[in-house]
Order: sequence, then C-alpha cells, then structure tokens
Amino acid sequence: MVVRNPVTWLGTPAFPKAAKDALANTQLRRNLRNATSTIRGKRAAAVAELPDWERLRAAGAAIKDEVLANLDTYLIRLEAAVTARGGTVHWARDAAEANAIALRLIRATGETEVVKVKSMATAEIGLNEALAEGGVTAIETDLAELIVQLGEDRPSHILVPAIHRNRAEIKEIFQRAMPDVPADLTSEPRALAEAARRHLRRKFLSAKVAISGANFGVAETGSIVVVESEGNGRMCLTLPETLITVMGIEKVVPSWPDLEVFLQLLPRSSTAERMNPYTSVWTGVTPGDGPQAFHLILLDNGRTATLADEVGRQSLRCIRCSACLNVCPVYERTGGEAYGSVYPGPIGAILTPQLVNDPKDKQAASLPFASSLCGACYEVCPVSINIPEVLTHLRARVVENKSSLAPEAIAMRALAWVMADAKRFERAQQAGTLARFLGRDGKITRLPWPGSKWTDVRDVPVPPAESFRSWWRRTRGDQ
Amino acid sequence: MRVGLFATCLTDTFFPETAKATVRLLERLGCRVEFPLAQTCCGQMHFNTGYAKQAKPLARDYAELFGDYDAVVAPSGSCTGMVRDIHPGLTASPIAARTYELSEFLVDVLEVTEVGAYFPHRVTYHPTCHSLRMLGVGEKPLRLLRAVRGLDLVELPESSSCCGFGGTFAVKNAETSTAMLTDKMHHVIGTAAEVLTAGDNSCLMHIGGGLSRLRSGVRPVHLAEILASTEEEPWSSATR
Ligand code: SF4
Repeated sequence: MVVRNPVTWLGTPAFPKAAKDALANTQLRRNLRNATSTIRGKRAAAVAELPDWERLRAAGAAIKDEVLANLDTYLIRLEAAVTARGGTVHWARDAAEANAIALRLIRATGETEVVKVKSMATAEIGLNEALAEGGVTAIETDLAELIVQLGEDRPSHILVPAIHRNRAEIKEIFQRAMPDVPADLTSEPRALAEAARRHLRRKFLSAKVAISGANFGVAETGSIVVVESEGNGRMCLTLPETLITVMGIEKVVPSWPDLEVFLQLLPRSSTAERMNPYTSVWTGVTPGDGPQAFHLILLDNGRTATLADEVGRQSLRCIRCSACLNVCPVYERTGGEAYGSVYPGPIGAILTPQLVNDPKDKQAASLPFASSLCGACYEVCPVSINIPEVLTHLRARVVENKSSLAPEAIAMRALAWVMADAKRFERAQQAGTLARFLGRDGKITRLPWPGSKWTDVRDVPVPPAESFRSWWRRTRGDQ
Repeated sequence: MRVGLFATCLTDTFFPETAKATVRLLERLGCRVEFPLAQTCCGQMHFNTGYAKQAKPLARDYAELFGDYDAVVAPSGSCTGMVRDIHPGLTASPIAARTYELSEFLVDVLEVTEVGAYFPHRVTYHPTCHSLRMLGVGEKPLRLLRAVRGLDLVELPESSSCCGFGGTFAVKNAETSTAMLTDKMHHVIGTAAEVLTAGDNSCLMHIGGGLSRLRSGVRPVHLAEILASTEEEPWSSATR
C-alpha cells in the first residue's frame, strides 16, 4: 500500500474550486483583510528601521544556500554535537517514519498526554492525528493553535493558524470546547487569553513529555533554537522530563554567528517586532535542569527531492516567517484553507507540491497556478526566495505531466505556431476582426466558453479594423 | 538613436493607438523609430502558463530581430520584464538588457521628464506589478505624469496591490481574479478620476473591461497616449 503523504489534506479540491468556496465566506474575507492589512503596514515599518535590510536579506540567502549545498556535512556535524551533549538523534525519511519514532518514544515513557510547542514540521506530518491513533493526546499550547485544535478546524496561516477567526468566534469555540471556561467569558482579548492561560497551566504542570519543532539547529554546538511570542513554548521546553523535537533537515545553520542574521530577519518579517519576546535555546541535556531526555528527529519528507531541483531548491531557504502570506493578494481573498495544506499562501504554492512530489496529485498540481505572479511575495521574503520563478518552473513541470492532447496544451501549441511567424500572426489578426461583429459600441460582453470566464465580469475591447502593423505598413512601408 | 519599437502582440492587435502614440512621442523627442514587421510576441503567456518550451523560439526570434538596435522600447512593463528577466534564461539575448519599458526609456535613457504633453483630465495611475516589481520603475511614470500640462493627478489608494489579471490566471482562477479586480475598481472609482492610466494594456484591458461592465465612466488610457497628447494634437476618446 502506498502511504499518502499528509502534507496535503485529504479531500481538499483543486485550488480554483476551494478558493471559490472560500470567497463566498464574507466573514472570512473581512477577518483576513483586517488581519493582513494591519500586519503588512507594521512589517514595512519594522523593516524600514534597518538601513542594511537588503544586505541582511542577501546574507540570510547566502547562509541558507551554503547550508543546502553542504547539507550532509552539516547534518552529520549536528548529529555528533547533539549526541556528545547527551541527546539522541533519529532520522526520518517521511511522515510515517517520523510519527512512528515519536509514538515509540512517548510509549516508552508510559505517558498518554503530551504538550506541544507550535510547530510547522509536526503539522506537516500530521503528528497529532498519528499520535491520537496510537492512544496519545497531544495538546497544543500556542494560543492560535489551541483555537484551531479546540475548534476542530484547520490552520489557515503559518504564524497565526486561527487568523480566519475573529474574537466572537473564538469565544464561542472556548465556550464549547474548554471544560473549565469561566461562565461570564467575554470576547475581550484579555479575557480570552486569560481563559486559555488557565486552561493550559494545568496541562503544563502535569505533562511529562513535550514535543517541539525547531526554528534553527546549530551544527557546531548541537543547540536547538525556538523563537516564539507567548512564552508557552518555553514552559514546554523546560518543565517536562522528556523533550522530543521534530526538525526539518533544512533548518540547520553552521554556527552561532549565523543566528545573528536570522534573529534580525525573522521577527521583523514575521510579527513586525524588533526582537521576538522568547528565544529558547537548549543543547542536549543538562543534568538537574530541564528535560533529562532529549530526542531530535531529523525529518526529510520530500526535502532531499526538493534539494535535487536546481530552481526549486531555493524554497528550502524558507524560515517560515509568513511575510509572503500577508502581502499576497490571492491569500488575502481566499484564506489559507483553500491551499489544502499547512503551508498556505505563496510559500505553500511552491513548497507543498514539491514536498508532495507526486505529479499525479491534482490538488498539489493546481497550487503553482494559484498566483497572479504579481511578485509581492518575492519583494518581502527575508531570504529572497524568487517565488514567481519557482512558480513558473513548477507550472512547466505540471504541463510536462499533462497529456499533449489536453485542450489547453493544444491551444498553446497552436498559438505558439501562429506567433512563430509574423505572416501567420497577421492573418490571425485579420481573422480576429470577425470578432467585431460579436461586439457592440466597441466592446464584447459575451464570449463562448472558456472566454466566458473572462466576459462573466469584464467586457472585451473589439479589435479595431486596422492593427498597428497594418497601419505601419500603410503609412511607412516595409522598412 | 535608432530605436526598435516592440509593439507587443496585444497592443498591436487590440490597442494600435498606444503603439502609434509611442512612435509619435519618441519621434518628437528625436529618436529614429523602426518597427521590424517580423515581430510577434515575447512569449510571456506561454512561459507563465508553464509552456516554456513554446516560449523559447519566440525569445530566440526576438533576440535575432532586435539584436542590431541601440535600444528597444515597448509600451508594456510586463513584456519588457519578460524580455529582460526571462529571455536570457531561454536563449542568448544580448538585446534583453537594452530593452526598456517606455517610462524607463524616457527618464533613464533620454533623460527627460517633461515631454511637452498636454492632457487636461483628472487621472489616476495604477503601477502594474511587473513595472513596479520586475522592472522597478518606481516613481518614473509619476514624474512624467506630473510634468504633463493640464493633468490633474489623483493618488490611487492601495495602488501597489495587484489588479488580478495575471494572464491566464484571470481565467484559471476566475473567481479569485474577480475578487481582486473588484477591490481595484472600487479604489479607482473612489478617486473620481475620468481616466485610469498604466504602462500596460493587459492590466488596463482587465480593469477597463470591468469598469466598462459597471458603466463607471472611467476610461482606461495607456500612459503613452497621455504623453503623446499635445495641444496641437490632443488625445481623443474617439480613437480608442
Ligand atoms: S517564503 Fe520567505 S516570506 Fe514566505 S514564509 Fe518563507 S521566508 Fe517568509
């Protein structure tokens, strides 16, 4: 049996259909619009404060590229350093392997409940669901992640998974799903945060096992770095006895000075803060302080396949800041769930299909087309991932896997044939003047399918009787 | 200076007035303009839709056809972006670096911002994504517009957000494209401008097509047509 890679959600339709459904939800659109426009403005201001931003970006990209070019070396160095400090390293080829390792480690402790630091890697592999199947309950401790979990919802943003919810909706979710919620809960942000805090505190104090992701892993010393805003992660990283970290293999950096670059790039791009409130770093185990057992699961799950692609590999530079989501005009309208994966928005449109790595997956194949190629994502990306370049590259790959008899492929070839010769092109222009009979007052209001997708909301200008080239030839001759 | 005009397939076919205006303007500014009749298309639609293979010969033809010119000018930010950014990856194209979008050519190469234009209308400007981000034209079109006599320039709110065209995106993801278009039209209409201008007929066709459907009364006019308009030979709505 082929095990499905859970990086995309089962049952999500291709993007155009999913987007259409999302667009009909006006509440969602309003929530998203408010949230993204606020953070856009803040990010721009935070970035403008640094005179050397462009050089920082270049440095961030260069460090990541160096790591990716020598990934094997750095990973082995990381493994050696973690092991030397009393940690244990596990290698996982895919989601199933990573989930099985985590479940085995938790079972060995005899626990059935674990607390979790918000993590993209564990969401990518569907760890919570896999643990639940194995009889282990994973409790999310990040506020937004908790809202998604209690709402039995799906995350819609990398940083703020509950961005599609407003305060009133969150209050309802808490009242429904939180057993110890105060009877007089209001939708005041402070009241909501307080309710979540009380709910989580009990979990922190009782949990013996914690699961985290990693923002960075320093190869030289074996140190793992997690940055966050709420401090709940730090509770998970210090209170339990056993800590299991799932880290994508691309998260390794060579040494400590490299962090200087990323700890400037990440918070400003992500939350528009000069520095993130909590940066937790741990190195193996420290006797008598913090977790006494530390397991690092190094996750591939499509990453080495992505690395093998010359154009696509730059996607692995991503530090998951979510700036590209917040500026994306498509994401702003459709929200994250339409992308059918924990990686939505522009980065999702390029990363998800590469991690899925299955040309027959129709939903993943629709994602590289979920962009107008406006380039706003590339402009803000702190590690200069040329997202439009990867999008068109992946589109070409989709086309390669398409039947050459598909209507679009035939039309594109026919058009290329016409364009390949100016005489043919001119004849087509003249034939096009027929279209003038379709139109009135200089515009066409209705075309047959697929042109109807255009004329549903837009008029088309009627081509004038004389093209520019005819005019040129008439007035200037054949020069 | 011997300038090759790359009209682009869309402008050649649907908006000949834009290309005529470009010729008029460049000649007024002392350029010798030629239009090699063997030109067709930059291949952008093919490339952006995933048909890079079909775009390659078009890029090769472009490089051959325009190779001898001092500069090539196109009244389109997105086709210029295609030539300059993408062609070199498809074929050897020494001319790619000497291909300019109109406002770049005027401001950077000819070093003019006052082109002797007269256009007594209330105008708002949409900086199309490829002009703005691929080429980085920045304030150049605005500087040109501000120097036009009689022109009342009004700022377009959220001007840098995409209009939702994106080539085949407008058809492949029609609903999302429409949602983006709707917001753009809302901002355009809010300015109370009579004319919406831009450096790309593709985006203007998209936004203009929507504005026409709404019977908004706002006219899309390419930047070249505004800059070519003079007191002696004023722009006229009849020609568009
Ligand atoms: S692609 Fe760039 S902007 Fe988007 S999340 Fe990754 S690092 Fe941030």
